[in-house]
Amino acid sequence: MLAKRIIPCLDIKDGTTVKGINFVNLRDAGDPVELGIKYSEEGADELVFLDITATHEGRKTFTDLVKRIALNISIPFTVGGGINELSDVERLLNAGADKISVNSTAIRNPQIINDIALNFGSQVCVCAIDARFDGNKWMCYTSGGRNLTDKELFLWAKEAEERGAGEILFTSMNHDGVKQGFANDALKHLSESLNIPIIASGGAGTMEHFKDTFEEGKADAALAASVFHFGEIAIKDLKDYLRNEGINVR
Amino acid sequence: MNVVIIKYNAGNIFSVDSAMKRLNIEAAVTDDKDTILKADKVIFPGVGEASTTMKYLQENKLDTLIKDLRQPVLGICLGMQLMCSFSEEGNSPCLGIFDVDVKRFIPHKHEDKIPHMGWNTITDVKMPLFDDSLENKYVYFVHSYYVPVNSCTAATTDYIQPFSAALQKDNFYAAQFHPEKSGDIGEKILTNFLQL
Repeated sequence: MLAKRIIPCLDIKDGTTVKGINFVNLRDAGDPVELGIKYSEEGADELVFLDITATHEGRKTFTDLVKRIALNISIPFTVGGGINELSDVERLLNAGADKISVNSTAIRNPQIINDIALNFGSQVCVCAIDARFDGNKWMCYTSGGRNLTDKELFLWAKEAEERGAGEILFTSMNHDGVKQGFANDALKHLSESLNIPIIASGGAGTMEHFKDTFEEGKADAALAASVFHFGEIAIKDLKDYLRNEGINVR
Repeated sequence: MNVVIIKYNAGNIFSVDSAMKRLNIEAAVTDDKDTILKADKVIFPGVGEASTTMKYLQENKLDTLIKDLRQPVLGICLGMQLMCSFSEEGNSPCLGIFDVDVKRFIPHKHEDKIPHMGWNTITDVKMPLFDDSLENKYVYFVHSYYVPVNSCTAATTDYIQPFSAALQKDNFYAAQFHPEKSGDIGEKILTNFLQL
């Protein structure tokens, strides 16, 4: 049976891993390559490697860092941040990335999803979406949560799927950094209305939160950063816990 | 040992090369026919679309070369599918090493998402690519088309229905999953291949 995936996210700024509390107040959480190797050895199922400053400051993701990670780890990994055109995608795939995550760029230029899918296959294209519930609707944001757009989460996710995205990585800005659990209602709606895998992001604080997002949120994978980086949850313990709770994990 | 990774217009060659480096093998990544013919082991990787990659192989005369190889050959993912007779992806005739057709997954229920992406178990594993320690272990898959279980099946995985996770016939070996992305288990399988 296909296993539910646990995905540590390595947010990168200036070559080091950081994690924001509600996207600000960044704290240094170590060397990305060291962390990547450590997570791979501990049983992480995939890694996500996001250059979080790239969109805002217009910087390119560090290709050399991607190469170094690819040479050293033996599990799949996704790269995102600073991807503006197809040549960026090609450069990062050639550096050893397995998947490319597009976020702000896809909202500004949705055609890039079609282009990635056509040129490299849907499995390469992860559409990352940052959204906030405003009390009425889930609205999408760009540029690391700085800019509100006119796109509604469920409509945009559906459009991304139709354009050829292979997965949706949904981060709830209401839940991110506050460690009170994932946005399971929105996740369940995404999972039931789309036919591609959904990665839950934002809100992991306890092991139970992961169980809940797989059971209640119907997520195919769960992503987290700080609980792993700061050693609050060890991936091996999390896998043991989930297995005991009857969830199929590797 | 002289290992060659066949270079053609398909992705993930860097990943396979990196996996070899982690096993202390400096593989040659090439489409040079003499180098391929002289290799001890040949790896035929691939991420991409069947009909366009088959066309490329034919134009570069790699199709007949691969079929005629006598040393151990390992096809990975699309590489494995291209070693079959025919693929529903682009309705393309393929190399015909394995006498079986590649089919598209048809979902039976909403949870049957396509592509089949992620970690799944291999069962009924067969020597020499596998050993008993690999039974029921998780490996990493990403694919929308599958090879049905047949007389060449060397490992089976269940997604929507049981399908061939690996094939073997004579000197030809193939994996639908990505051993180069399957952690320690993948490295064990690659090591088994290199030790043939």
